[in-house]
Amino acid sequence: MPTRRRALFVLAALVGLAVLSLFTALAAGSMPVSLADVLRAVSGRSDGLAVEVIRGLRLPRALAAFACGGLLALAGALMQVLLRNPLADPYVLGISGGAAVGALSAMLAGLALALVNLFAFAGSFAAMLVVFGLAHGDASWTRTRLLLTGVIVASGCGAVVALIMTIAPEEELRGMLFWLMGDLGHSSSPGPALAVLALGLVVMLPFSRELNLLSRGDTLARALGVPVDRVKLGIYVLASLLTAVAVTTAGSIGFIGLVVPHLVRLAMIRLGWGNDQRLLLPASALFGGSLLLLADTLARTVIAPQQLPVGVLTALLGVPVFLFLLGRQPDERR
Amino acid sequence: MSGGEAIMNTPLLEAKRLAVDIGGHHVCRALDWRVDAGESWAILGRNGVGKSTLLATLAGFRAQQGGDLSVSGLALPQPGQGKGLRAIARVRGYLSQHQFDPFASTVLETVLVGRHPHLGRWDWESAADRRIAEAALDELDLGGFADREVQTLSGGERQRVAVAQLLTQEPQLFLLDEPLTHLDLSHQVAVMEMFARRASKGAAIVAVLHDPGFAARYCGRALLLFGDGEWLAGPAGEVINATNLTRLYGHPLRELSADGHRWFVPR
Repeated sequence: MPTRRRALFVLAALVGLAVLSLFTALAAGSMPVSLADVLRAVSGRSDGLAVEVIRGLRLPRALAAFACGGLLALAGALMQVLLRNPLADPYVLGISGGAAVGALSAMLAGLALALVNLFAFAGSFAAMLVVFGLAHGDASWTRTRLLLTGVIVASGCGAVVALIMTIAPEEELRGMLFWLMGDLGHSSSPGPALAVLALGLVVMLPFSRELNLLSRGDTLARALGVPVDRVKLGIYVLASLLTAVAVTTAGSIGFIGLVVPHLVRLAMIRLGWGNDQRLLLPASALFGGSLLLLADTLARTVIAPQQLPVGVLTALLGVPVFLFLLGRQPDERR
Repeated sequence: MSGGEAIMNTPLLEAKRLAVDIGGHHVCRALDWRVDAGESWAILGRNGVGKSTLLATLAGFRAQQGGDLSVSGLALPQPGQGKGLRAIARVRGYLSQHQFDPFASTVLETVLVGRHPHLGRWDWESAADRRIAEAALDELDLGGFADREVQTLSGGERQRVAVAQLLTQEPQLFLLDEPLTHLDLSHQVAVMEMFARRASKGAAIVAVLHDPGFAARYCGRALLLFGDGEWLAGPAGEVINATNLTRLYGHPLRELSADGHRWFVPR
């Protein structure tokens, strides 16, 4: 268990990492800019072409990337507590599936980008309500039932997505594919995502100790005075909201939500600090944000001027990491 | 009567006309029962009779089908309500039959979790909390285990960690669901003696047990559940005897005596 001072020290270091990632993202790209340009653009003084590029294009995209990474990592950490399963991720309960159905339907109908986003959000919200309604039918919360309902809804959405892509005209397919892989190319207004990330942290941090108890079992949490059903409902709604906002901003970017909380937890356990949500939640948000920001910078520079969907990169990086962690798990139990 | 006496006279657990059902059968009907500070109770009964169900009801985890329940004078909040849960958790502790460790954690962290109801929303565990946890570990013969990973413990060691966690919670009323699960004989005796010491210092113990010999030796009183809602409560010396136990378990039992203790063996 970390002490409060150590936890604050780690968080300060992660804030440093986030700032560093932000500067990297602002400085990197097809048009070379100097560090002085970046500082000028951020401090808001003067203008010029470099400042325009940074302030108008790179900064919104960088902030959106950071916000999405933070949202996904935080939602993943919350889902892992809710399902008491270290392998849960924000999409396991079908939220990204619902968003994909919404977004692709809007694209199929040829709607504008703003409407695509709106449909994505509506779709994720609908999926959340369906899963919650079905799993919560008799007012009892069984994990298996929640998980099964989510997985089934997700696979149903997958079928609808496949259907839409089959009947979609050729020229729409590329946009749909980018949306499905996760892409930050169209993210111009990071405000809502950043606000929801801050809201999520502010709402959840006071309950971190309750989450610690919940991750050790409902009975223990009840015995120690946690209103288990309410806290679980809160986690479910909040994690769904965080995921929905992230998916609406950037499509379904994979693996950040699964791998980041896992990496942070692994590092904490190595340091002998255990699985303490008081540090894990904010650290996951900061680390997830920085990681997606760096991945997105790589995605738009590695084969420039061609851009990769960032989801492809996170998956390419995430799959080996995930398999590595999965392979190591039996060792920890010995 | 002074205020102090009023507190002394408040039972730690009181059931009035309590009715508890599970799966369509009665666990108890019209149970009038009080547990005072300093008392140790054993709950005895056949498998599936509802001992754990009754204990979970007493802990406030499930709603009763009738009657009233209070812990240390506080009415139990209905399941689903959030108010008053922490206040209850400062007074009553509950030891579950099963322990879960889905995430890696050290023994000391696992035990420190018991401090939760005593800490404020923004508090972190203090050095004093750590000392309480370490003392509990020492008391359960787990002195060198603080940094061990819980997932690597044996069943008996894990069970003792759960008991240490319960001690760290510092409740007055201990509700124990089969506290001797996985323990070897020496630790069974040590754990029961430790709870007996707690009771002699003013705590109250309610334990679901399977060995009537242990019940007669360490618990001054016993509650027998016969399975049709019928119950019998009283001093262990009167209630625990071969006749009642034969009826309770549906198998003939014989009483043996040795060193001043009574033991019951199946015929």
